[in-house]
Formats: sequence, C-alpha cells, structure tokens
Amino acid sequence: MEIVLISLLNGLVYGMLLFMLASGLTLIFSMMGVLNFAHASIYMIGAYLAFTVSQVLGFFPALIIAPILCGLLGAAIEIYGLRRVHHNGHIAELLFTFGLVFIIQRGVQMTWGMLPMAYRVPAILDFPLFTVYGANFPAYRGFMLLISAGMLLATWLLLKKTRIGLIIQAALTHPQMASSLGHNVPMVFTIVFAGGCLLAGLAGVIGGNYQTTEPGMAEAMGPIVFVVVVFGGLGSLAGCFIASIVMGVIQTFAVVIDYSFIDFLKPLGISVTADNLLTEILTVPVARIGALLPFAMMILILLFRPRGLLGTRDT
Amino acid sequence: MNGAFGKSWLWIAAVAFALLLPWCFYDFHTARHSGFMLSMLSQMGMMIILALSYNMLLGQAGLFSLCHATFFGIGGYATVHFLNAAGDGDLPLPMEIIPLLGGFSGLGLAIIFGYMATKQRATAFAMITLGIGELMATAALMFHHFFGGEGGVSTNRMIDHSLFGLTYASGVQVYYLILAWTLIATLAMFFLTKTPLGRMANATRDNFERAQFMGYDPRVVRFLQFSLSGLFAGIGGALYAITYEIVTFDALAGPLSANALLMAYIGGTTVFGGPVLGAVLITLLQSGVSLMSNSWLVYVGVLFISMVIFAPSGIAGLIMGHKPILRAGKLGQLVVPYIRVLVPGLLLVLGFVGLVELTSFLTIGAAQGKTLVLGGNKIDVHATMPWLVSAIALFGGGAWLRIEARHFRRVWDGLMADLKSADGKAERVLA
Amino acid sequence: MTKSLCRLFCGVAVLGLLFAGRPATAEDTIKIGYVDPFSGPFASGGDEFLKIFKVLFDRQNAKGGALGKKFELVPFDDKLQPAEALIALKNITDQNIPFIMQCTGSNVGAALIDGVSKHNARNPDNRVLYLNCGALATELTNEKCDFWQFRFAGNVEMRAAARIKSLPKDVTKVYLLNQDYLFGQSIQHDTKKWLEKLRPDIQIVGDELMPFGKVQDFSSYVTKIKASGAQSVLTGNYNRDLNLLIKAAVDAGLDVRFDTYLAHLIGGPTAIGAAGENRLTSVYEYSGNVPVDLKVADAEKFGTDWRSSHETDFSTLNFMTMLDMLAKAIDKAGSTDALKVALALEDMHTKDMVGQENIMRKEDHQLLMPYYVGVFSKDVKYDSEHTGFGWKTVMTASAAELTLPTVCKMKRPAS
Repeated sequence: MEIVLISLLNGLVYGMLLFMLASGLTLIFSMMGVLNFAHASIYMIGAYLAFTVSQVLGFFPALIIAPILCGLLGAAIEIYGLRRVHHNGHIAELLFTFGLVFIIQRGVQMTWGMLPMAYRVPAILDFPLFTVYGANFPAYRGFMLLISAGMLLATWLLLKKTRIGLIIQAALTHPQMASSLGHNVPMVFTIVFAGGCLLAGLAGVIGGNYQTTEPGMAEAMGPIVFVVVVFGGLGSLAGCFIASIVMGVIQTFAVVIDYSFIDFLKPLGISVTADNLLTEILTVPVARIGALLPFAMMILILLFRPRGLLGTRDT
Repeated sequence: MNGAFGKSWLWIAAVAFALLLPWCFYDFHTARHSGFMLSMLSQMGMMIILALSYNMLLGQAGLFSLCHATFFGIGGYATVHFLNAAGDGDLPLPMEIIPLLGGFSGLGLAIIFGYMATKQRATAFAMITLGIGELMATAALMFHHFFGGEGGVSTNRMIDHSLFGLTYASGVQVYYLILAWTLIATLAMFFLTKTPLGRMANATRDNFERAQFMGYDPRVVRFLQFSLSGLFAGIGGALYAITYEIVTFDALAGPLSANALLMAYIGGTTVFGGPVLGAVLITLLQSGVSLMSNSWLVYVGVLFISMVIFAPSGIAGLIMGHKPILRAGKLGQLVVPYIRVLVPGLLLVLGFVGLVELTSFLTIGAAQGKTLVLGGNKIDVHATMPWLVSAIALFGGGAWLRIEARHFRRVWDGLMADLKSADGKAERVLA
Repeated sequence: MTKSLCRLFCGVAVLGLLFAGRPATAEDTIKIGYVDPFSGPFASGGDEFLKIFKVLFDRQNAKGGALGKKFELVPFDDKLQPAEALIALKNITDQNIPFIMQCTGSNVGAALIDGVSKHNARNPDNRVLYLNCGALATELTNEKCDFWQFRFAGNVEMRAAARIKSLPKDVTKVYLLNQDYLFGQSIQHDTKKWLEKLRPDIQIVGDELMPFGKVQDFSSYVTKIKASGAQSVLTGNYNRDLNLLIKAAVDAGLDVRFDTYLAHLIGGPTAIGAAGENRLTSVYEYSGNVPVDLKVADAEKFGTDWRSSHETDFSTLNFMTMLDMLAKAIDKAGSTDALKVALALEDMHTKDMVGQENIMRKEDHQLLMPYYVGVFSKDVKYDSEHTGFGWKTVMTASAAELTLPTVCKMKRPAS
C-alpha cells in the first residue's frame, strides 16, 4: 500500500516535469507539424543557463531569466531557421532541428565542458516537506509540482481567455482556415515556437537540479518526450497532460512489479527449464523493462488509434 | 535515347573507378594496400546499400522510417551466426552467397514489423518505427543468446568455402566482394523502381487517395516496399558483419538509423543515385574529418542545416538542376559566376572552421595538451590575431557572399529565362 | 554531372592520400595509437583520459622514454562504435604504429581483441599489440582472452572481491542494483559469487537490473530499497545512473550505505556532493590520499602538482604503471616489435608509484594490481573535484590478495 502511494506521488512529479516539456512540443507539433528534435536540447540549455545565472544571481532570478533566454533563442531559431525551411516540407524542417541537436550538443560541451555541473537544489527548498510511511517527500518536489501546476493554469488561461490564445487554438486545429481569416500565422508560429522553448527552458531550470546537468541530459529525455506527445494525440493539450501523467506513473510503478511473463503461465502448468532466447524473454521481470513500456504502449496505441489518445485529427 | 546512354556511361565509369580505386592506395614498398582506405571504401559500400534501401522508403514511398538500422543490424547478427555455422561445417554455403542469407533475415524481420507499421502512415508510421527501433536496440543489450550483449558476437570470415577459391584474408578481397554485392543490390533496387510496384509506391507517396481509387491497396504497396527495403538493408548488414567480423548492438541502434536518413537526404531523395553521393560524403566526414577535428559533429550539423535551407533536393538535386543548361550547351557561362561565389564561400567556411576550432582548442583541447597546428606553424589560441582573422573571414566572407550570390542568382535566372524563351520559340516553329 | 562526379571522386582520392599516403620514414618516436570516444555524448571520458595521458607521457619522456626515444600519443576518435574502432585499427597498422591503446567500453574492447588477433594472424609482418586500459568485462581476460591483448586494469571480478572484502561486519542485508547490460550483469554475477564465498552471513534482500541510462526517476527504486530493509546498496552503476539514484535516496531520507564500484569516476563527486558523506564508498585504483597514508612523498608531490593544474582527480594510477611496464618491456626486448614486447611484458613484476607490487600475469595477460576501498568523507587531506569531500581509504587489497583464478586458454604464436 505504502509503495503504491509513494510511487503515485513520485510518478506525479515526474509526469508533471514530462508535461512541461511535452506541452511545448505538442503545441509546436500540432501547429507546425514539426517534430522538433531539438526540444530536449533546449531543455538542456535551460538547465545550463539556470546553473550559470544561479551562480551569479541565485536560483529564483534564474527561474525567470533562463526560460526567457530559451524563449528568445526559440524565437531566433524560428525566424532565422525554420521559417526559411518551411516551404521545403516537414521532413526538411525535421532535419533542420536534427542538425541543431548536433550543434547544441557540441556547443554546450565547448562552453561548459564535458562534466556534470554542480547545480544543486537551493538551500531554502532543501528540506523534507512531509513524511509518508517513513519516506520523506522533499520540499523541492512539492515546489516542482507547484511550478508545473502554475504553468498549466497559466497556459490554460492564456489559451482560453486571451485573443492570441484563441487564434492559437484555431490555428492548432485548422491552420489553413486561421490563415484565410487574415491572421498573421507566421507570427503565431513564432510565438508558439518561442513559448514552447520557454516551457522547455523552465523544465530545464527545475529539472536540471532534480536530475543532473550534463551534456547527455538531452539524449536521455528526448525520446520519452516524443512518446508522450504522440501518445497523447495531436492538437490536444489535455491528451498530452493525461499521457504525461500516465507515462510518469507507469514508469515509476513498473519498477515495483517483479513478475515476468512466465509467472502468468505458471498457473497453466507451464514452466521453462531450457536456456535460449525465448526463455530469456519470457523470464524478464517487468521491473527490468519498465523504462521501455512507454515505447511499447505508444506502438500499441498507434496501431489501433493512430491519432493518439485524445487527438483531434490524424497525425 | 542519348540521355539514357549518357547515364549508363556514367554508371560504368563509376564502377570502373571503384574497381581501380584500391590500387591508388597501394604501397609498393610493403606490397600492401592501405587498410584504412580499404575499410573506408568497404564502409562506403555498405552505407550506399543502407542509404539506397532507406530511400526506397523515404524517397520512393514517402515513408519516414526511424528504425532502418534494425534490419541492417539483424542482417549483420544473422550473418555472424551463419558464418559461425559455416565455419563449423554446419552450413555448406560459399561465402559469396552468405550476404543473401543476411538479406533474407532482414526481410523476415521487416515482414513482421512492416505488417505492424505500414498500417499507418506519416507521423504515426514514423513514431511506430521509432518505438520499434528503441525496443530492438535495448533488447540487443539485454538478451545474450542471439545478440551477445555489449560485447556483441564475433566470427571469422575465413570459412574456407568460396566459389572462386578466395580466402578473404586480405581486405582487398573483401572490398571486391562488397563492391560486387553493392552493384547487385543497387541494380536490383534500380530495376525495382521500374516495376509496377515501384511506380505504385511513387503513386501512394504523391497522392494516397488517387492510388486507392486506381484499385491498388496502398497498404499492400507500402508493406511490400517496406519488406523489400528490409531485404536490402539486411544485405548491407551482412557486408558489415563480413568486413568487421563482429556485430554489436551499435549496428542496429538509433544513430545508424539517423545516419541512413541523413545520407539519403543529403544525397538527394528525388534522384535514384542521390543517396550514393550522400553515403560517400557522410562516410568521408565520419571516418575522415573526425581524424582531424573532434568538432566534426558541428560541421555535420551545419552542413545539414545549410543543405536543408539552401538545397532541399540534396546534392543530386543540385547537380540535376544544371541539366537543362548543360543540354543547351551554356554551362560555360556559369564558370565565372561560380568562381566568383566560390571565393567568398571558401572564405566564409574557413572563417567558421577557424572560429570553431579556436573555441574548441581554447576550452577543451588546451587541457588535453594539444596545440593547434596549421601548415606546420603552431597557433596560439590566446592571441587576438587568429581570432580576428577568422572573424573577419567569417563576416567579411558572409557579406561578400551575399553580394556575389545575388549576382549569381541574376545570371542563373537569366539563363533559365533564355532557355524558356528558346523552348517557346522552338515550340512555335514546330507548330 | 559527369564532371561533378569526377570532381567528387578526385576529392575522395586526394583526401585518401592525405590520410594514407604518409611515407613510412624512420621513426624517431615510439607511437601509441589511442582509440577512445572524443566526440558525441560519451566524449567526456576520452577527453579526461587525454588530459591524464598528456601528463603521464610527459613524465615518461622526462624519464627518458624507451630505447632513447620518446613516446608519442596518436589519438583516434572511435565514437564508442566498434566499427569505427576497427577502422582506426587499420589506420594504425597502415602507419606501422606498433601499439593500440583503448580505455572505454567493453563493446569496443571485444571488437579490438578480435580485430587485433585476426590482423596479426593474417599480417605477420605488421603486428600490433593491444593495450587495454579500461575495458573491464571479466570475460575479456577469461573466455575471450588473447595473446595480443594486455589488460592494465583490474577486471570486474577483482573489483568484486575487493568490494566484498571491505564490507563492514555489521552489514547483514544488502540490495543489489545494476545496469542491464554486459558490465552491470557481470558485476551482479561476480558480486553474488563473492558474497557467497566471503560473507555467507549476508542476506541479499533485493537483486535488480535496471535499463541502462533510461531511468529518469529513481524514487520507486528507493521505495523498494526502503521496503526491503537493506543496510547497504551494492551497485555497479556509474555516472547518471548512480548520481540520480543517490539523489533520490537522499531526497527520500533513505538511510543506507552506498557501496559502489565506480562512484569515484570523473564528475561523480561533483554530481553527488554532500549527499554521499560518510555513506558512499567506492573501489578505486588510486586517490590523492593513498600516498598520504603510505607516506610516499614523491607520489604526494605528483598529486599536488596535478591538483594545481586540473579541476578533476588523478585516480588512474594503472595508466602510469602501464607506461612504466611498456617502457621497461621495450627496453628489454630491444625493439618495438609486438611479439618481442609481448613476451617481455609477460610475468613482469614492477612497483607502482606508491611502491605496491604489480604483476602482469602470463596465463591471461591480466595485470594483478592493488585496489583501495574508500569512503567519501570530509576527514581527508585532499578533497575530490573541490567538493570539500574526498576518498578516505578504509581497506587496501594487494595484488596478491586479488590474484584470482582464470579460465583463459591462450593460443600462443608459434615463434
């Protein structure tokens, strides 16, 4: 029981971090059709910038400055890069972001070096918030939840209550129609791309010290964010939210399950004694493959529902 | 007719060149071929197959796959096991046939995964293949019986059974085997584009609904195309296994899939031979330039980005763009404008490379005890001079290039307009 | 089009000549080809080792090198890909470089053992010796052992023996957590083997493999460890997989020891920091505090010199021992011929910088060397990576203690 509760809590924290990364990507992906491979690289830049700024000004100014810098970087990438590639099609745009990954990776290595940064949780937030069944729940995780919930609320308000939000929503589902109605769609694109990068930067700021700030962090987060976006479905922030939480919770829960396929077969009187590839697969406990479940789930949902969980149109 | 002949002449020349190439790197003192060049050429051969088979999906069927290395890798793993069996005497097959077995392994797996993936298209297809690729790469690390874990599975290619009595001890014999199979695979893929299947694949790429109306099931077309590309990728993997005599999980991991995509795109997906150019260029960058600079990934990244922005149809597309001008015999008029663009372009590139290398040496290289050496002279990365020169070359070259590019554009557009009006006149005369 | 294609091919040819066409003139230095990742996500390892080798080569050359010649390092980037490493091997043999050295990744190590062995069999006039300085999988000097490979780093089993020996008496419940690939699996296997042999009183309350580099949130593992009642987590995890685990454990207030194999690797102390105080232990070849304990002034001075110019620690004493042994073997053989040097290296006994005995065993070409187990503590003379904490040695296992049986059946060359 206690394991369930604690896993649920931690899954929630991780899921919210995923959501912060994935929401930006969903917005970009839905509107522009671009699977932005460099999204996780922006997340990494956010963490590094936050580290550098927090060395000088402290953590809380970094919380604001680093995401804004990432947003500006995103705007620059859109205006000077993506926009020029746009007419060459989606694969060209995708390859453009792909090239960016290489450049950002080496750029970060050249600027900050190859080793992990000593980017730590600020002292003011470094205490246990409460205790469940003898396990501490650190205040910083509570803070992360707070930030991501606040971001969720702010994004929701922005999308539902402001004019630009309504245009973005329109462009999300009917890009051509929005453009025909005379809205400046390229401008909306820039705003969305910058906004998405800003969210990725914010995720980097609070994720950089929750995890470690190192040149490999983009590679570690990249694929899983794609999975969340596709699983949740195109054009749906709600789907993205559900997918993030589901993926977060599943990954934390899978670790607790020590059963393997063979355990399901045992009641049928089947047991294995041989030692070959098949038995090797059958006896792998779920805990060992926990981190792979999201990929398997994504394949499954795409086979039966290509638009994803709550997608409004086909991908 | 003339065009077709010209083309086949080109191919024959390329093959003859490939046949002779190892002898350009023959050291008469030691009576040895350069092993490095042979390896790199062999690597090019298998990468050409990989890129061409990838283009069966991307260029010809409009399928954006992210797991192509899976079939390459499985072909490699299967071949290692076949070779081991052949070495033990359990598989009485000559070496020359074994790549085909690797191909069939790739085909088998592609049939299974293709059945799943080709039900969808566009992004859903891409993401399913991403998932498959990730699952297979991790499985290769986890399961030891077939994949051998991190250490991979090794073999010995000297199985002492050959149609031509070859031992395959030396790299040059292996190179010719690879060349032969690259040719066979390339020709097979080329003729596939001429078959109804190849034509229908193009049709489903260009207009999905209309292809459906014609009575073909586009899913079946995609499925067949996917499976066959798996076959060729498997052959490529088999050649990998024969060259390196070891296959590790890297042969089916994500980076290689990404490489397949990059080679096909850089080379040009619209022309059949495009991926060949891409494969040659990327292999040169990866094995050649990386010897000179640890920042080679930056150059790859910048090359991609500039290709994507300025030449979305790839190198082959750029070359093909000159065809009408060549036909009109006006290529000579472009020589001077080209030189005028080339000079500032070169300056720009040099400036950029200079800045990247200086930064890289300042932050990373210095601590490793390396010094930047250019033409035998040591360069002090802390002095202002080299930085200033590079920056001026970069920005000056950039500004100059802008002007020259505008001029080039004018010449080009003028030529094109001339050709058009000439065509128009010819038509009127005919009418 | 033809012209452009020709131009391309000419370009290829010119480039090829640039790389391959170096004339084989009389060598005035002894070259060592060094293959490791210098670009991409794994570049940090190769980068760090390059810095270390720079210092060590200078030191060796100041001592006079070998045969009156100086050593020269020729790096090749393998991107941690076996295929690239094998291409580099061809490049090295083309240039008649007699030694190939590699320190990162058992996948590359396995490929090189195989590649070097086949190359030497097929080209007896151009043999090359593989100096393995860090591909650790036990099998590389057991099932996969080869005459042309010399491993100058303790294998997983030697580390496991030292690791288990150092566990305090009051630890009775341990939890095993390892990465799910060759290295982690062989640590899991050898840890269990030595627990059974040396500490049958210890109960294994958890035994787990986790996907390598894929886990983003370790809190469920921490919950599981807590529920199991373990006193110590025995783990071969390193880099990200270790740092995140310890972070999650500290966050959850989990009070256990972390008895690791590789926490001392570059960047580990920085990433873990205060979280590891007095409960993180590691098995290492060397640390700045070893000469302090052993009272070797020269070695301590080497350490302070190192610290004055580097942000990171010097912990790979085995690299220095390797160069010492190589120089000695070349001098003894009187040439850099791979076979002669290999024969000279076999059974070589040498003392390392702090005076400990090191032996290159003839049966499997595994260096028998001492290992130290230390705890991450404030109570040290020299801290790690300027964190204020350093490795305080709690146990020393000498080369004799770590002389373990091998199953190697080596094929020796005829002459």
